[in-house]
Amino acid sequence: MSAPAAGLSPRDSLRVASAGLRARPMRAALSALGIAIGTAAIVAILGLSSSSQAGLLAEIDRLGTNLLTVEAGQSITGQEAKLPVEAPGRITLLDDVRQLADTGLIKDQSVYRSSLIPAANSGGLQVRATALNLLSVLNTDVARGSWLNAGTAREPVVVLGAVAAQRLGIDRVHADQRIWLGHQWFNVAGILEPSPLASDIDVSALVGYPAAQRYLGYLSLVRGEQRAGPPSTIYVRAATGHEAAVQALLAPTANPQAADEVNVSQPSDVLTARAAAAGAFDSLFLGLGVVALIVGAVGVANIMIISVLERRSEIGLRRALGATKGQIRTQFLAESILLAVIGGVVGVLAGAAATVVYASSKNWAVVIPAEAWVGGIASAILIGAFAGLMPAIRASRMSPTVALRTT
Amino acid sequence: MSATVLQLDAVTKVYGEQPPVAALRGVSFSVQRGELVAIVGPSGSGKSTLLHIMGTLERPTSGVVRIGGVDAAQLEDREVSRLRAHQIGFVFQQFFLAEHATVRENVADGLLYAGVPAAERHARADEALQRVGLTDRASFKPTKISGGQRQRVAIARALVGRPAIVLADEPTGNLDSSTGLAIMELLHELNAAGATILVITHDAALAERIPRQIRMLDGQVISDVGAAA
Repeated sequence: MSAPAAGLSPRDSLRVASAGLRARPMRAALSALGIAIGTAAIVAILGLSSSSQAGLLAEIDRLGTNLLTVEAGQSITGQEAKLPVEAPGRITLLDDVRQLADTGLIKDQSVYRSSLIPAANSGGLQVRATALNLLSVLNTDVARGSWLNAGTAREPVVVLGAVAAQRLGIDRVHADQRIWLGHQWFNVAGILEPSPLASDIDVSALVGYPAAQRYLGYLSLVRGEQRAGPPSTIYVRAATGHEAAVQALLAPTANPQAADEVNVSQPSDVLTARAAAAGAFDSLFLGLGVVALIVGAVGVANIMIISVLERRSEIGLRRALGATKGQIRTQFLAESILLAVIGGVVGVLAGAAATVVYASSKNWAVVIPAEAWVGGIASAILIGAFAGLMPAIRASRMSPTVALRTT
Repeated sequence: MSATVLQLDAVTKVYGEQPPVAALRGVSFSVQRGELVAIVGPSGSGKSTLLHIMGTLERPTSGVVRIGGVDAAQLEDREVSRLRAHQIGFVFQQFFLAEHATVRENVADGLLYAGVPAAERHARADEALQRVGLTDRASFKPTKISGGQRQRVAIARALVGRPAIVLADEPTGNLDSSTGLAIMELLHELNAAGATILVITHDAALAERIPRQIRMLDGQVISDVGAAA
């Protein structure tokens, strides 16, 4: 007479587990919300840090990692050293150097919006003489106006770095756009895009070497002759794969007499380090996400305890219909897990949406690490199981006669 | 053809420890297949405890309860649950219907824990609804039908698994008298069609209409009138 032990089909299990949620959808939604907020925060933080890292890495890729910078350092006595005027010419002769451009920092000059600005208000901006091929070496471009040419390089004409233009309050380029530099007016020919690999250029007003010599007195004597210069920074593009070899030779080549007075660096290293830092998520916000998850878990546990108390008659009825203790326990445990997973899925979607919106606004590639969404769903399952275990056991141990006696 | 579907032998039930309260003191009777039996007594007479013990929802302190020849006291939770799923149908005073599910789903849930596939559950639910005269309400929610109809749904749910015995606990307790009478009529009809039904009630007048009446007082059977031969 006894039929085989009756287990519920997966579909029936799901229907039974969702019965309580369908009966009170508002309550279910609110208690899932806590889990959703926590999961969304965690997914968004992991997604945003990965996306910003991907964005920086893409930027580094675009800029190229083969740029090396040669700068004048300090002498043994602590004074500021200079690069020899011949340094760029010598470096050009090295094997595996593909391109080279130099700028010279004109230390005693500042740039102002007009002649009325007090001399002390230099805004931290620099004046640099520049080689005309600077932009192709830095892989950057003018945002507005035009770059210097052989003609304008001899005239009082200036091109502003991105930050310099902003600080001077110049956002457009027109024929009468002038700035005050070295006790005279210079016409503004153009404004540069930001150059992440050469942040000095961003804060500089750039003039041609001939103009620097003629109007700003930036010159040095080479074998008794006046020459524009000396350069203070040399930007070198090495052949890809030979950066280290070129880097090792740059200092002695630039200044054979005092190689230790030359600083050589690879600016993309800084960006790479910054990308690594961007990939390291913000642990404070991650902590807040975890706190939200815990609060959500407490909410789910609370709702499940109330639910078990409220649904005593349902528990009694199910027992009368032949449900085993295990089936009652499974029902409430599954309901709790289902509730938490709904919250987790909503949270993952919301966190992913936030990442997509923010990353697209920054033109980053959207990267949502697998551990973020897998971890989000997995922690929701764990939270649901943990929060529902005690109420489920309590429901299964409830005597059916006690359960039926209520109402 | 009279087979014993339910047999109680010297069943006692004692609640609590200090002082112990004896709810049942040596109850013995048996119910044959096809009987319609009323267990009648005032509140506190032990009839609710008796219902729970007959329904295997509670174990007796001593004595034997046999359902379809099986001693329920000897069974594990799983086995006793299976026994309830297959052999016993319950009808409660408060109906206990799921409000968010349809009438058909409520009836079909009577087979949920008996291992019957969903399609067959629904087919048999329709059949059971036909027997209680509610075919046209199958897709209604319980909140949209009358109290009498709700109790019919609950009766259909108890019958859908074709159990050996249906235990009805004050089935008319929440209904007005004319609706209650209609429910009693339905139980008579279902009994005539072969169902074994045991009705628990405090209502002596209602019990009068039932062929066999077992009267209880203070946890004991004081009379058993009209037992099948």
